[in-house]
Amino acid sequence: MTARHRLASLFEPSGVVVAGASSHPGKFGFVALHNILASGYQGRVFATNRDGGEVLGVALLTSIDELPHGGAELVFVCTPPGANLELLRACAARGVKAAFVTTAGYGEAGDDGRRAEAELVALCNELDMVLAGPNGQGVVSTPASMCAQIVAPYPPAGRIAVASQSGNFVSSFLNVASQTGVGISRAVSAGNAAATSIADYLEYFADDPETAVSLVYVEGLPDGRAFFDRLAAVAAQKPVVVLKGGATAGGQHAAASHTGALAADDRVFDGMCRQAGAIRADTVEAAFEAAATFATQPLPRGPRTVVLTTAGGWGVVTADAITRSSLELIALPDDLKEAIDAHLPPRWSKSNPVDLAGGETRDTVPDVMRLVATHPDVDAIVYLGLGIQSNQARFMRESRFYPDHGLERIVAYHERQDARFAQAAAEISDETGKPILTATELAVAFPDNAGPAAVRASGRLCYASANRAVAALEHLARHARWLDRRGLRPERQGAG
Amino acid sequence: MTLSEHDSKMLLAQRGVPVPAERLAIDAAGAVDGARIVGFPVALKLCGTGIAHKTERGLVRLGLADDDAVARAATELLAAAEPDDDVQGVLVAAMVKGNRELIAGVHRDPQFGPCVMLGIGGIFAEAIADVAFRLVPISEIDAGEMLDDLSTQALLASFRGEPPVDRDAVARVLVALSQLAQDRPDIVSVDVNPLIVVDGLPVAVDALVVVDGSGR
Repeated sequence: MTARHRLASLFEPSGVVVAGASSHPGKFGFVALHNILASGYQGRVFATNRDGGEVLGVALLTSIDELPHGGAELVFVCTPPGANLELLRACAARGVKAAFVTTAGYGEAGDDGRRAEAELVALCNELDMVLAGPNGQGVVSTPASMCAQIVAPYPPAGRIAVASQSGNFVSSFLNVASQTGVGISRAVSAGNAAATSIADYLEYFADDPETAVSLVYVEGLPDGRAFFDRLAAVAAQKPVVVLKGGATAGGQHAAASHTGALAADDRVFDGMCRQAGAIRADTVEAAFEAAATFATQPLPRGPRTVVLTTAGGWGVVTADAITRSSLELIALPDDLKEAIDAHLPPRWSKSNPVDLAGGETRDTVPDVMRLVATHPDVDAIVYLGLGIQSNQARFMRESRFYPDHGLERIVAYHERQDARFAQAAAEISDETGKPILTATELAVAFPDNAGPAAVRASGRLCYASANRAVAALEHLARHARWLDRRGLRPERQGAG
Repeated sequence: MTLSEHDSKMLLAQRGVPVPAERLAIDAAGAVDGARIVGFPVALKLCGTGIAHKTERGLVRLGLADDDAVARAATELLAAAEPDDDVQGVLVAAMVKGNRELIAGVHRDPQFGPCVMLGIGGIFAEAIADVAFRLVPISEIDAGEMLDDLSTQALLASFRGEPPVDRDAVARVLVALSQLAQDRPDIVSVDVNPLIVVDGLPVAVDALVVVDGSGR
């Protein structure tokens, strides 16, 4: 990035002014100001209301003309459509560079609304002002500690950037980020995307050093071809995960040819994503987890996967999932088998999945994990069984026998061990540059279990099931292959 | 405007898409001459710009092994022609034997513009809908990934004594379709159906090109 990106005034404003602040805590004009202040935004904060007064300790300006010149780079607009042309003109005169217009009643609201939206766009072009929205929920930027939106939550900081044609999906992704601990760099609800589109946001994210992966929700694409070209350009720089709502309108009415009939539904969209190198997911969970995996795991060299498990059944089902995917469940190399033999009693599986079969002692899990991860024939590991002992420890701690009968000591030991294993998975992954995905339903059943909690503390996602880990890993391997075939893999690979 | 099967295939052949050896004949004698050139046994099809659903109308005769059979079939097909068919003649084509059928084509998507399609062919093609699309233009890498996208990979491997599908050869067909769509914006759609796999190599046994005749 040479010059400061145009959208930096939206995501990293030096100051914010809320236009149409309200003293009523149920109104958007109050909530927006509240959220900006409550998220710990460090820039200057102003707010306007014709009647003046004070809200949340902020003295209200009765007009934008009272705004110190250059005091706010971003205006968050909560005022009605009729007031906004005059407002934005005044804002530009005070040095405001970007407007997030949350106000509804524009392009989504009939002919009058469309006309008002066109006027808004024309004015912002004239003023060279960034226009986000209208009819959008807001913008979040954790590097700026800024939650300029009319709904919660304010997510943990991280490296996933979200842009969505539906504000609700911004909230969904931010909620999942809060739940999993895998955080967000930027998030924006594009609203009617009158002037700033999903592709514009993607291009900003691609250049944004705070962002490792983009996550977008799209419905309609007015110019699909241009979107494809821009998507392909950004996907070559950084992974883009796409969640799409609604089947494309295309195809159905052109069914005179066989090819046209087969182009129905969203098969063309699907092919477009693959061609552009974007990662398509079908559900909120799958999309977020794919993005979280790109944000926190290194890209695998290839598809060769080993399952490491402390018990049998999980390993079998995970092996099935890998076999059904484009990942490869490799046969365990002889030298690796011999190396593992030295660490375990003879009953271990001696094959992939590597099933420790309860033969582990204090250091077996990290030792065997390191042996597998450092083997040149292995590209990735799925690790199962974390947190079982800590689950038992929780039951003991909550029972009436605790802390007597030796329970205090064993509970502490189990929790220390599970935390160590989670830590080892992250460290070994960092050292080897290979993804190690940890999966257990304890991540959602008992999120404070020492195992999943330590995975979260390492900054990584603890997958709620092995199948979901396999699905996420498959996205990584496919993307790696897409990059490799085109000579686009970054020289220095790593978790971001 | 629809191009006849013969004209459609000639257009594809110019781009390097493999088509069966074939001759267009205007009468029975010409059909016999054509059959001798392409080699028995042959297939005969009534050929014209207005003919769709050839098979349903019984306008295709397969496995004709000698002069008499060819002459008789040619006479019958020409007699079955209707005015709207805009008949050019009968198409005499070498018989193509292969157990596997693919379908390929070009489609102009209202949202994404021209795109290339590859799918598993045969009579269940639309029901199975195991297909992959890419936007024009495609690279050979994209074309190879279209093959990867198909779910029915077992059909692309060695099959009933036939060698695996030559993926590069299929990719070249797709790239050729992409280049055709790019060079000829007047082409509305292309259906290559079936694209039969013969000893691993794809052959466009039937094709239908629709051109926008509005003078673009």
